[in-house]
Amino acid sequence: MSSDTETTLTPVLSENWDRPDSFTLRGYRETGGYEALRKALTMEPDGLVDLVKASGLRGRGGAGFPTGMKWGFLPKDNPKPRYLVVNADESEPGTCKDIPLMLANPHVLLEGIAISAYAVKSSLAFIYVRGEVLHVIRRLKHAVAEAYNAGLLGKNIQGTGFDLDVVVHAGAGAYICGEETALLDSLEGYRGQPRLKPPFPAVAGLYASPTVVNNVESIASVPSIVTNGVEWFTAMGTEKSAGFGFFSLSGHVTNPGQYEAPLGITLRELLDMAGGIRAGHELKFWTPGGSSTPIFTDEHLDTPLDFESVGAAGSMLGTRALQIFDETTCVVRAVGRWIEFYAHESCGKCTPCREGNFWMVQVLERLENGAGTEADLDKLLDICDNLLGRAFCALGDGAASPVISSIQYFRQEYIDHVEQGGCPFDHRKSTVWGGEA
Amino acid sequence: MSRTGTFPEEVEARLALDAKEIIARYPHSRSALLPLLHLVQAEEGYVSSAGIAFCAEQLDLTKAEVTAVATFYTMYKRRPAGQYHVGVCTNTLCAVMGGDEIFESLKEHLGVGNDEVTEDGKVSLEHVECNAACDFAPVVMVNWEFFDNQTPESAKQLVDDLRLGKDVKPSRGPESVCTWKQAARLLAGFADDRATEGPQAAGPSLVGLELARKRGWAAPDPDNLPTAPAADEGEGGTK
Ligand SMILES: Cc1cc2nc3c(=O)[nH]c(=O)nc-3n(C[C@H](O)[C@H](O)[C@H](O)COP(=O)(O)O)c2cc1C
Ligand code: SF4
Ligand code: FES
Repeated sequence: MSSDTETTLTPVLSENWDRPDSFTLRGYRETGGYEALRKALTMEPDGLVDLVKASGLRGRGGAGFPTGMKWGFLPKDNPKPRYLVVNADESEPGTCKDIPLMLANPHVLLEGIAISAYAVKSSLAFIYVRGEVLHVIRRLKHAVAEAYNAGLLGKNIQGTGFDLDVVVHAGAGAYICGEETALLDSLEGYRGQPRLKPPFPAVAGLYASPTVVNNVESIASVPSIVTNGVEWFTAMGTEKSAGFGFFSLSGHVTNPGQYEAPLGITLRELLDMAGGIRAGHELKFWTPGGSSTPIFTDEHLDTPLDFESVGAAGSMLGTRALQIFDETTCVVRAVGRWIEFYAHESCGKCTPCREGNFWMVQVLERLENGAGTEADLDKLLDICDNLLGRAFCALGDGAASPVISSIQYFRQEYIDHVEQGGCPFDHRKSTVWGGEA
Repeated sequence: MSRTGTFPEEVEARLALDAKEIIARYPHSRSALLPLLHLVQAEEGYVSSAGIAFCAEQLDLTKAEVTAVATFYTMYKRRPAGQYHVGVCTNTLCAVMGGDEIFESLKEHLGVGNDEVTEDGKVSLEHVECNAACDFAPVVMVNWEFFDNQTPESAKQLVDDLRLGKDVKPSRGPESVCTWKQAARLLAGFADDRATEGPQAAGPSLVGLELARKRGWAAPDPDNLPTAPAADEGEGGTK
């Protein structure tokens, strides 16, 4: 993507969402669905792994690990069965792309699963979907049943000798189960607690077998790469952050929603498309990739939203969950609520996260209520210091993000709470119905 | 129901058939534990000691092992939930957009606190974490179906209708809401026949696509890829 041309939206996964039958096999097929699978099954599995490697596709679940490289880590000589596990737990605050994708187009995920499983030589795949989305689970199960009936799943798929079963597995409410090793423990029927890495799932994952864990959007992107090729994919995005992805705008914007665009688009461009910040208000802070990514401000309107640029600017691209807050929003309240979430969702396995989040909730609460002191800010940073890099899994690191970044950009606002003995904001003004006043 | 700590024999026999089907989906039986817990919740509306005992027996685990798992996950209830379980998202984004006000007004309107049930057993109330619908904030869930873009007034109307036994229609879901127990059965892996009801997508899910259509934007045409300084992007030849 050259910088002197206008960035446009590039609907690929959402291309058929305006068809009322987009979630049915028939609707999907009428827009070219399952042609990529047909093509993939004529290729060598290793050739597919190479193709995905060459495309530069990086995981869309948050960490951005190169997908093809992950597949390549599966040991060649391990005789155990291999598993493909799709992470459909979508629970990172702000993240809201996989759920509408599975609701509107479950077949593109299934086609991606079939191709990916063939590529990594797996004959059993699981979709671990969070439990709190009943209709999405219906749509997934319906699509799986349709695919079996059409010979697109099951035994000897399209006469190629390739067998694949797909199981839809509903979670039961635990953010930590989105962390890939906790997810595997949960899928094995245990409490969802992260495992020590290494060994990585590619070597010892589900049932200690070689396992690939990928996000919904990562896997759903594979069919388009097979159909259109590497050059097509890399024609979008930047050199190191290739391709397209959903940018999910929420909060104080005129038209919140899903914007499928090349990586490297900026918030300024996206806001332009979304009708700007809601009328009469201005941008205050936003998350580039969910609550676990350090917040940004209006200084970062022109930061290209690709893995490298967001990283260089001090945050992370994460899940491209752009939660946008205007000047009516109290940052102390926002951060306090996120930390309550982390404290609630901490699995309790390691002390820095379990204790650190508990204490941060106490400190943030008294700061918000005006009962804190300036020394509390150092206390918060101290706790974060003990958390960041010392927690057993990335949930702990994630909890430190909003705290550190909000103190960095809005220190004075914390102090205002202390000096005024309470919150200077009228929360009613932030609501959808209170915004006009 | 199950004060004695086990299911009546006919219930046990019926559920054992379901359990067999669930267990058969997995290469290792223990993987069936989460769906089995959903199954026993579908029977009683919560996970009782009889439910725990049933899961333990089916999977050859101790009751302590099953309890340790059941208590880890917030969707399993240790007391009966209402026929309609109402979850108000109060994670930051929804809270700021009005979720806090909605939750407060429902507490007052229903006369219940967090995780409590109305006296008639119809509605239970809980504040929930981000439900992956932030672009529809503020969000309310009823038996895990989406009620998008709520206000305190719409949410009060919603719970009134639920208590009166009127059908309510989710924003993105089937024509009406099934009961809490039916929902749990679906989570155990037994599909109902309602997948084709309701919209494929709505509102915010479509804004990007609609804008792209209007402006003639599309992903590049694979047969006519732009060369280095892209001259005429946005032609939209891929459709
Ligand atoms: C606390 C926590 C929660 C996570 N939740 C999710 C999730 O809901 N969905 C997801 O795909 N990845 C989630 N991840 C990232 C996964 O661990 C993993 O990196 C990802 O599923 C890999 O897929 P990808 O390479 O295709 O992105 C989470 C990580 C952490 C630490
Ligand atoms: S960082 Fe938190 S969630 Fe992760 S293992 Fe430690 S306690 Fe559990
Ligand atoms: S914060 Fe409420 S759905 Fe995401």
